[in-house]
Amino acid sequence: MYKYNDFDRSFIENRNRQFRAQVARRIDGSLTEDEFKPLRLMNGVYLQLHAYMLRVAIPYGSLNSAQLRQLAYIAERWDRGYGHFTTRQNIQYNWPKLSDIPEMLDALAAVNMHAIQTSGNTIRNVTADHFAGAAADEIADPRPYAELIRQWSTDHPEFQFLPRKFKVAVSGAHQDRAVTKAHDIGLRITERAGKIGFDVIIGGGLGRTPMIGKTIQEFLPVDDLLPYIEAVVSVWNLLGRRDNKYKARIKITVHETGIDEIKALIDQRFNEIRPSFSGIDQSLLNSIIADFQGPELRNEPVHEFHTRYDSAAVFRSWIDTNTAAHRDNTHSIVSISLKKPGQTPGDASSAQMRVIADLAEKYGYDEIRISHEQNIVLPHVHKEDLFALYCALKPYDLATANIGLISDIIACPGMDYCALATARSIPIAQQIATHFDALKIEHDIGHLQVKISGCINACGHHHVGHIGILGLDRAGVENYQITLGGDATQTATLGERAGPGFSADDLLPAIDRLITAYLSVRLSPAETFLETYRRLGQAPFKAALYPETQQNTKAA
Amino acid sequence: MSQLINDTGFVPNDITTPFVTLDHWTTGCALQLTSDTDPNDLDRILSAPCIRIEFPTSADGRGFTLARLLRLRGYKGHLRAFGHVIADQFAMARRSGFDDVEIHDTVARRQPHDQWLFRTDWQDHDYQSRLRGDRSPIQSAQNTL
Repeated sequence: MYKYNDFDRSFIENRNRQFRAQVARRIDGSLTEDEFKPLRLMNGVYLQLHAYMLRVAIPYGSLNSAQLRQLAYIAERWDRGYGHFTTRQNIQYNWPKLSDIPEMLDALAAVNMHAIQTSGNTIRNVTADHFAGAAADEIADPRPYAELIRQWSTDHPEFQFLPRKFKVAVSGAHQDRAVTKAHDIGLRITERAGKIGFDVIIGGGLGRTPMIGKTIQEFLPVDDLLPYIEAVVSVWNLLGRRDNKYKARIKITVHETGIDEIKALIDQRFNEIRPSFSGIDQSLLNSIIADFQGPELRNEPVHEFHTRYDSAAVFRSWIDTNTAAHRDNTHSIVSISLKKPGQTPGDASSAQMRVIADLAEKYGYDEIRISHEQNIVLPHVHKEDLFALYCALKPYDLATANIGLISDIIACPGMDYCALATARSIPIAQQIATHFDALKIEHDIGHLQVKISGCINACGHHHVGHIGILGLDRAGVENYQITLGGDATQTATLGERAGPGFSADDLLPAIDRLITAYLSVRLSPAETFLETYRRLGQAPFKAALYPETQQNTKAA
Repeated sequence: MSQLINDTGFVPNDITTPFVTLDHWTTGCALQLTSDTDPNDLDRILSAPCIRIEFPTSADGRGFTLARLLRLRGYKGHLRAFGHVIADQFAMARRSGFDDVEIHDTVARRQPHDQWLFRTDWQDHDYQSRLRGDRSPIQSAQNTL
């Protein structure tokens, strides 16, 4: 993992001193509310429905046990004993007092963490594949490049007052687990003749105008990475619309300008900017890469694991669902579900965080990852330790075997917390998860991603859910629209709206009919919901969602 | 009416010649640019002795990129940020290539001398200069510290 140096540490201490002064200057009137707002946002402080909210960056989703313990401590000391992990590898504290926030930031700095640029019209926390450094299908670890971008974007003097927020994600594996096509810039590491480069995707994004990103550059050389990204943001900073915040994101600029025209502008700007990089960033990058070498894995054969796997059905089910292939075949990647049916997706209590920190230290080489799917990952666990790990997780409600299944739902905070929300998300997620858990058909349904957003801003990624649910307000009543066939991976697709929305009460029966239809039309249990949808299209699913319409059509 | 700030804090305004807009500009005049200036227009004004870039609100960050582009294109004259700039943006302005900042009196009254001095350490804690080496934006000759 990246090791902070004196520069990083003193940067954050200095930044926290500045923020303390900004809070004081807001109170004494030196800063107006309009002037203060972008300053608090670029330090992670939101004003929410009931209180201030602090959003802390977990750069590229990587943590060690000391950092996770500190997150647990902060939750207990200044919040209500829990935190909420988000779809962009952040943790949110929902109930801090504004006057406590400078102290919370100091507590973060003590473990080399911060809340810088987690909000506002800035380049946000850079995200990456949560299996980075461990996945069997990895070309190169994306995190050193994400860290380089973190340093470049942090307090970048040109880019603190952008037209709108700007999000970057990096993936280094064949499977895209970082949703790169739904980011302002998505970077995918590819390999040619033993060297790596980046495919650069721009203009993706969800929100009220969802768009799949377009590839603007193939196999960008590693030493051109920072100047190229800077060229993209520089062009957009001047060209992006500032008259309408709903049209300000780069996806709209790309759409209105045209991909060829914007590529020409970016290439021209790149040529201007390139000479301003002396190349010293590459020697910094090399030392960052050295930090990410990863632990020396235990060299011990696997035997006990197979016996446990064959004899304990519940353990087997957890292994099948919650572990993924590690680059070393004596190890596994373990996903710890924060989606126990009935819980708030992505919430973890301080006690749970501490248990995971302890187990990461004991069985996981002190490495922890947060996934954009709002779960926690131990990226390196020796297979001989899996049973002990499973047993230790169970008493803390952390052994739910549902990764990738229908109850592993992504949901935004919705109207329970968020000032922008038009409907509740969390109770909807809880209902769906609890319902299918009670029926015990989750494993039979197989891989199925349900994603729920409580408003058009789409923080719950509903556009790219196999089943997407969007909560709206229709004349004061919650109304939920369903989209089908979305995909968040390298074959990214936006879901298609199925038809009229459902009331909060009618939604669960509708989802139930949808699943029943899938189970009856799939070719075999091996054909996933998404595959079935792609084979048959909307018709059988629409028929299940709107049986009355079907009858009326027949009657007519 | 306005207050000039450089690395030493509040200073008297040393430019008394009028600033003209791009439409009326001729070689030799001090030039005032709006934040929506087309970057293609920058190439023909590189001989201006002084350029002032307007910040209509502190939330409009276009001026920083315009300043940087001017420096990248070889502008060696005096570059000034003008308008609604707050003390918290002083380091950003200096790092983007501005020499100094001229603000309205109303902002200067709310954000006095000491608040600006607190942010004149713009050469410290700067990720950009670490990542770029010695190729940070060029400052004009007379104001390089």
